[in-house]
Amino acid sequence: MKKTKECLSLFLTMLKIGVFTFGGGYAMIALLENEFVEKKKWLEKDEFLDVAAIAESTPGPIAINAATYIGYNNFGIIGSIIATLGICIPSFVIIYAISLFFDAFLSLTLVAYAFKGIQICVVYLILTAGLKMLKQMKKTVFNMIIILVTLVCMVVFSLFAVKFSTIFYILISGICGVAVYLIGKVRREKKHDLS
Amino acid sequence: MIYLELFLTFLQIGAFSFGGGYGMISLIREKVLMYGWLTEEEMLNMIAVAESTPGPIAVNMATFIGSSQGGFFGAFLATLGVVLPSFSIILIIAALIRNLLKYAGVKAFLGGIRPCIIGLILATAITMLMSTAIGFSGIGDTLAIDLNGIIIFVLLTVISIVARLMLKKKPSPILMIVISAGLGMLMYSL
Repeated sequence: MKKTKECLSLFLTMLKIGVFTFGGGYAMIALLENEFVEKKKWLEKDEFLDVAAIAESTPGPIAINAATYIGYNNFGIIGSIIATLGICIPSFVIIYAISLFFDAFLSLTLVAYAFKGIQICVVYLILTAGLKMLKQMKKTVFNMIIILVTLVCMVVFSLFAVKFSTIFYILISGICGVAVYLIGKVRREKKHDLS
Repeated sequence: MIYLELFLTFLQIGAFSFGGGYGMISLIREKVLMYGWLTEEEMLNMIAVAESTPGPIAVNMATFIGSSQGGFFGAFLATLGVVLPSFSIILIIAALIRNLLKYAGVKAFLGGIRPCIIGLILATAITMLMSTAIGFSGIGDTLAIDLNGIIIFVLLTVISIVARLMLKKKPSPILMIVISAGLGMLMYSL
């Protein structure tokens, strides 16, 4: 009985976070911490930092990753399903409702003009998000080469309509990361052997 | 079979998007333009809606695109597709390999991906900017310069810089979207 009640509380908390968080994953991480570390005390602060690190490094929406982990941690598979549903349902309902009348809304001339402005703003937001990440990134030679090569290849390929999926850039960069690590390791071991 | 296409496409997006909402825009844009589900303008409208409504941006985009292509069932399958990879990967980590991220090989792989995502985001922004502001999206296109668009872009940059200097705070994305809507109505009505 106590467990059912706690599961319900998990679901409702996730639902609440799903309804009230604007701005995607990072904003949600802060709210999750507030709810589950400070209020409910289901997780220790250190544990939560681990959860946040895992959520950020694994693929997929950060909020979903964190919710799945917290749900599993406390109530197993059922908990993870409940938490994920809770955080997805509000978005799904809201966006589905918007999508139904969005085209009619856009057919108003003034709204169409507003969205022409908004389109520019979205490009601006994506650009500044990328620049902010660039600023925060450690400027190692490896990082700068990967950023530059990805950037140039993608722009050039898109201009010449060459099909090369984003997925390949990601996989190749990951493999480069591993290769550089392995080369470094072999070198260190050689040095160690000599001395 | 649009339902299967939606599900499989968003399964790929869910499995290969790192770095949160903006990190997945390059992959979503590639797929959506490839299948002809949305035009560049529609795609930008959708990102604006996803950004200014609550919830994870990825789920919002999946629901929106799914609904536009396949109604309720399409929205459901696209959302399920984008969530499923995260969900399974996290379950595996939480249940079996809690210290996955502590392995040096995994760290090195993720270390390689992180700068790549930045490159992808910047490249996507640059190609989007070229196609919306000067109508240039491929070699051979004739230029269609949108002067209003360029002015709005410059104004947004100025507003953001002034806000940061005067109020010591960056305006939130939603506020920027609201401002740009006003600018759009003003500039394109003239």
